[in-house]
Amino acid sequence: MNSALIAADLAYWAQSLLRVLGGLVAVLLPAGTVVYLFLFKMMSFMQSRLGPMEAGPYGSMQLFAEVGKWLQKEDIVPANALPEARIFKMAPLIVLASTFLLVAVVPFGPDAWFTDFEAGIFYALAVSSVSVLGILIAGWSSANKYSLLGGLRAAGQLIAYELPMVLAVVGVVIQAGTMNLQQIVVAQNAGSMFGWDGAGNPYVLTQFVAFIIFMIAVQAELTQTPFDMPIAESELVSGYMTEYSGFRFLIFFIGEFATAGVFAMIASVLFLGGWGVPFAWFGWTDINSIDNWMNVVGPLILFTKMIVLVFFIMWVRFSFPRFREDQLQRFAWKVLIPVSLVNIMVTAVLKVAF
Amino acid sequence: MAKPKVPGLFKGLGVTFGTLMRTATEGSNTIQYPHEKETPPIRARGVIALHEGNCTSCMLCARSCPDWCIYIEGHKELAPPRRAGGAPRKVNKLDRFDIDYALCMYCGICVEVCPFDALFWSPEYEYSEPRIADLLHDKSKLGEWMETVPEAPELEAGAEKKGKK
Amino acid sequence: MTMLGDRQQLAYIAAQAADARVNVELETEGMTLNIGPQHPATHGTLRIIARLDGEQVVWAEPSAGYMHRGYEKLTEVRTYPQVTALVNRIDWLGSFANEVPFILAAEKLMGVEAPARAQHIRTILFELSRIANVSLFLGDLGVQLGAVTPVFFAFRDREYVLNLIEAATGGRFHPNFDRIGGLKDDLPAGFIDETRNVMKKLRTFCDQIEDLLFGNEIFQSRTRGIGVIPKDVALQYGLSGANLRASGVDWDLRRDQDLPMAWNKADWKVWTHPDGDSFARCWVRLQEVRESTKIVDQLLDTIPAGPVMAKVPKIIKVPEGEAWVSTENPLGEMGYYVVSQGDQGPFRVKIRSASFNNISIVPWVLKGVYVPDIITILASLYFILGDIDR
Repeated sequence: MNSALIAADLAYWAQSLLRVLGGLVAVLLPAGTVVYLFLFKMMSFMQSRLGPMEAGPYGSMQLFAEVGKWLQKEDIVPANALPEARIFKMAPLIVLASTFLLVAVVPFGPDAWFTDFEAGIFYALAVSSVSVLGILIAGWSSANKYSLLGGLRAAGQLIAYELPMVLAVVGVVIQAGTMNLQQIVVAQNAGSMFGWDGAGNPYVLTQFVAFIIFMIAVQAELTQTPFDMPIAESELVSGYMTEYSGFRFLIFFIGEFATAGVFAMIASVLFLGGWGVPFAWFGWTDINSIDNWMNVVGPLILFTKMIVLVFFIMWVRFSFPRFREDQLQRFAWKVLIPVSLVNIMVTAVLKVAF
Repeated sequence: MAKPKVPGLFKGLGVTFGTLMRTATEGSNTIQYPHEKETPPIRARGVIALHEGNCTSCMLCARSCPDWCIYIEGHKELAPPRRAGGAPRKVNKLDRFDIDYALCMYCGICVEVCPFDALFWSPEYEYSEPRIADLLHDKSKLGEWMETVPEAPELEAGAEKKGKK
Repeated sequence: MTMLGDRQQLAYIAAQAADARVNVELETEGMTLNIGPQHPATHGTLRIIARLDGEQVVWAEPSAGYMHRGYEKLTEVRTYPQVTALVNRIDWLGSFANEVPFILAAEKLMGVEAPARAQHIRTILFELSRIANVSLFLGDLGVQLGAVTPVFFAFRDREYVLNLIEAATGGRFHPNFDRIGGLKDDLPAGFIDETRNVMKKLRTFCDQIEDLLFGNEIFQSRTRGIGVIPKDVALQYGLSGANLRASGVDWDLRRDQDLPMAWNKADWKVWTHPDGDSFARCWVRLQEVRESTKIVDQLLDTIPAGPVMAKVPKIIKVPEGEAWVSTENPLGEMGYYVVSQGDQGPFRVKIRSASFNNISIVPWVLKGVYVPDIITILASLYFILGDIDR
């Protein structure tokens, strides 16, 4: 976190250490919460059962038990993958690295951010494509036909769904007038709708179409059902992740849910007003007039909004069957992209008109 | 099929959400096994119990087992006559009556064919062992299971009342 | 002795050789994919060898036999009650239904007919096994297509049926309840009321599955028009059961045969569908579960009083002769050809299982489909490995 939170000026190494720790917390805490709340408990409750109950009260320690279990497994590299063992071992780290890079631009509070980047959302969308590389590498270097199929499907799918995501975000950028995520949050919370500023100006109301498209694209980017052809558990036995076990699988697993959390955070920053509440409630006017306690409450608010969005992502994940690859592509190219282009045009027109 | 108003996608979401709410308020359909246990029905085929006094080593059960998992050895002894002055009676004494539960199919043919009512079904099911050899239950262990044998259930209306087993 | 026939082996070797050539030339054609025998999608150890061109199947062939247990050999050295106990395990999800045709064949040879009450209860238990079997299919269908929730609903509601079967027979999965001349025991008290409750719950389950799965647009786009089997092809390949009815053939052995069972004492309908695609097969099975619950409800009201066992000797020796009986099992048509030479056990039993004939159509129907559709079609054809391999 920024040294504005702490009274004294810290040395550069201390700041960096804090940033690293903060980054770890910002990625792993949502991952852990999402896994426990939604994967263990919500999925089980939707299936008329209780989920893990033995490890800790109501199964809260199950995550640690799982981490311990994965860590003590044997380090297996398939024999046919040995010529490319370095790439095989690198693939999960690339996927996780993209998540950490992504969280660097998410603002957690008025002064609680890692970097205040002018081209924040542009950077975020660019960096989220790095995980595609990791998945492709994993699929190819596993030397397994199922993994190869999974990796190829992933390549097609993830690249196809990048476009609706970018185009949906363009609508928000047009309305906010900036690509800086912090400024977008401020614009939403300090703004007003038709002169009434009791609820700020959350872009989810004006950019409703873009919100839906963004959430669908996020679902596809995370390879969650109904877009989980690359994993397709009943056909490809885990797709590109089939040959990974132990610590490497844990990295993929954490990466999947951490990315879900981080994308939900970005969605709540873009559409729901991020870490803020409407400034009118407290009489603030701009970012410099916010009280300092918001730096502690802000992350909590962002966390809550993230949980709400991830609830929807997971709800859809557990309820629907999956699309076939060509249906998926058709949906992206023939439905989502035209709709998002229309959304951009309408937004641009309305922005100039009003 | 889905009514024209609500697309099927949302109905599906409604079903899962409804189940979520029901599990959260009314509880789940599962029980937490080691802490709570369900009682199996009376006729459940859990384990076979032996009433040694009735067994005459006729070997019918051992012969009718599809897996041949019952091992019986016996010998004949002379017991004192019932009335004074009578001839001594030959009785069968069981040396060995083992059922190998590693082979047993739980089909119940042995219990059914026994003409002397020496074998009974008991719904007891928690007797798994870490070693397979311990799954061979001998005479005394089979006798212990007799305590868990329940009374036969009442029959439905319209049944002919046969002798209860 | 190998499990593959010579022709299959040569075909597989040729496919691998072509593959090897292809790898050197770095073309993207002709990948040979082995689906199974260990695979989450096949219901057991079925192996499907598929040659793919990208994601399209060029050639596919099933290779069964990984679960062959030698049933027909086993029956040669066992008595009739012992064979009944074994035969439960062929189609292990609807196991009472396996015993019935065998016992009917033996009764035909003996010239014995079970009393009316026994016939009635046999039919009720037969329909209960159909419900148990096909409701698992409905859940499993979801998993094959990616929806993880329906399978838990299926297991949850199937438990009620299994508890009923356990209360009556003592065994959840393997009842071993049918005997030559009738049934082993009568129903326990409370069975009829409990069964009525359970039938209501199963109808709710069917409605839930319809909302969750069948009404879902994604599911429909995955199954409509996939794996279309026209009527004449279905008849040529010997399909039976719901697969045949989904191709538009009005064929139901419960209605068309005159067996000593109680199906003609209830008023029920045979469901068919003209399309012949995967959706039709799944839909027909859903309607069959609903129809079975109605049959059970009607039969419960009219169980005649009386004995459950005819007068048969204690040690049964079936007279010489041969008999064939087949019934409309949950998976299709299952039949037994029993050859007896006057002993306590059969001389030879030939088991005609439904799934073995149902998967004979796999090479024909999988030509030109995409890899995900392989799974959809296999799921909709619905086989159980114990039934294929015996």
